[in-house]
Amino acid sequence: MKTDDLIRTLAADSDWRSTATGSALLIALVAAAPISLAIFLMALGVRPDFTSATHNPFFDLKFAVTLALAISAILVVLPLSRPGTPLGARAWLLLVPVALLAVGIAFDLSMPQSTTWSARMVGSNSRVCLSAIPAMALPLLVASLIGLRQGAATRPALSGAVAGLMSGGLAATVYAAHCTDDSPLFVATWYSIGIAGLTAVGAAAGSRVLRI
Amino acid sequence: MPGQVREQVSEWTELMQLAVAGDNAAYHRLLRAIAPVLRATTQRGLARAGQPTDSSEDIVQEILLAVHLKRHTWDRTAPFGPWLFAIARNKLIDALRRRGRRVFVDIDEFADVLPGEPEKETASAREVDQHLAGLPEKQRDVVRSIAVDSVSIKETAARLAMSEGAVRVALHRGLASLAAKLKGN
Repeated sequence: MKTDDLIRTLAADSDWRSTATGSALLIALVAAAPISLAIFLMALGVRPDFTSATHNPFFDLKFAVTLALAISAILVVLPLSRPGTPLGARAWLLLVPVALLAVGIAFDLSMPQSTTWSARMVGSNSRVCLSAIPAMALPLLVASLIGLRQGAATRPALSGAVAGLMSGGLAATVYAAHCTDDSPLFVATWYSIGIAGLTAVGAAAGSRVLRI
Repeated sequence: MPGQVREQVSEWTELMQLAVAGDNAAYHRLLRAIAPVLRATTQRGLARAGQPTDSSEDIVQEILLAVHLKRHTWDRTAPFGPWLFAIARNKLIDALRRRGRRVFVDIDEFADVLPGEPEKETASAREVDQHLAGLPEKQRDVVRSIAVDSVSIKETAARLAMSEGAVRVALHRGLASLAAKLKGN
């Protein structure tokens, strides 16, 4: 085909209405959320002492860390879907959850505790944590990749990895309501392993499905 | 960036802003204006990677399709150049990878390319035609009618006994399937 003919044909396709990438991502996440919530409610559920646990700052910190991860990942993945948009300072947002966790660990280690730091790190829910976060995150990851296909990721593996962080952060936020291990040491160890796995899966999937 | 190129790129931004506002002629002009720049750059990229330049027009057409299908990701307050060059660079690297090369192309290499002389013969490529044959029937007929036979949307609708809306939908889907086939999905 002649390039001039192709150009004329492209110009004839004159409908400019299109869903914004952010909206497509949101719709996809809303569509997949019930699946993740169903997994949570059927297999895990909220821990029995949820109400009293909210008075424990370490319990609350878990939500702050995981939500900060999810939100910063969304704020990073959207400019990554716009070609030629420099990420700039936004990339640093991903350090917010890391910083929150670091502060939490510092407090955890400096306070007198009834258990050793290694016992708090190992916890008693590591296996559940390692399977629950990825299981709840996977539907969100698949959905977010579908939503992000609406954008144009010029670094598809990176976009996929950040989508993995986002879905891991969202799933971990819900999982935190079940888990009775509240030490930031536990979060930094086991949550991170699960979310790192999702990030790797996201990167591998992204490099295939997000190419423009 | 040389002054002439900077001027040209800001003209592209204005054309794209008009295009977003619904000026189809501006969009047509914009695509015609960027094609020679994309061609020159692609040829240079291929030459640098030690690849024959005879497939450059396939890559140019692939870039143009991607630009078209992803035009909604352009931020109308941003300059058009960086957006275009990011897509072009991405597509060129992809094309080189498919040829077994791992090459990194600097965005600046795009920015300082001056368009060559307007070619005497219209450049043509094969890949789009090959994939066109594999499209679903309705999409293929519509794309062929408009692209190859130069028939308008209105006449295509009459010719294929379809509504104009259905022709537009089939055209857009056909272009999207072509782009997907070109990238090897």
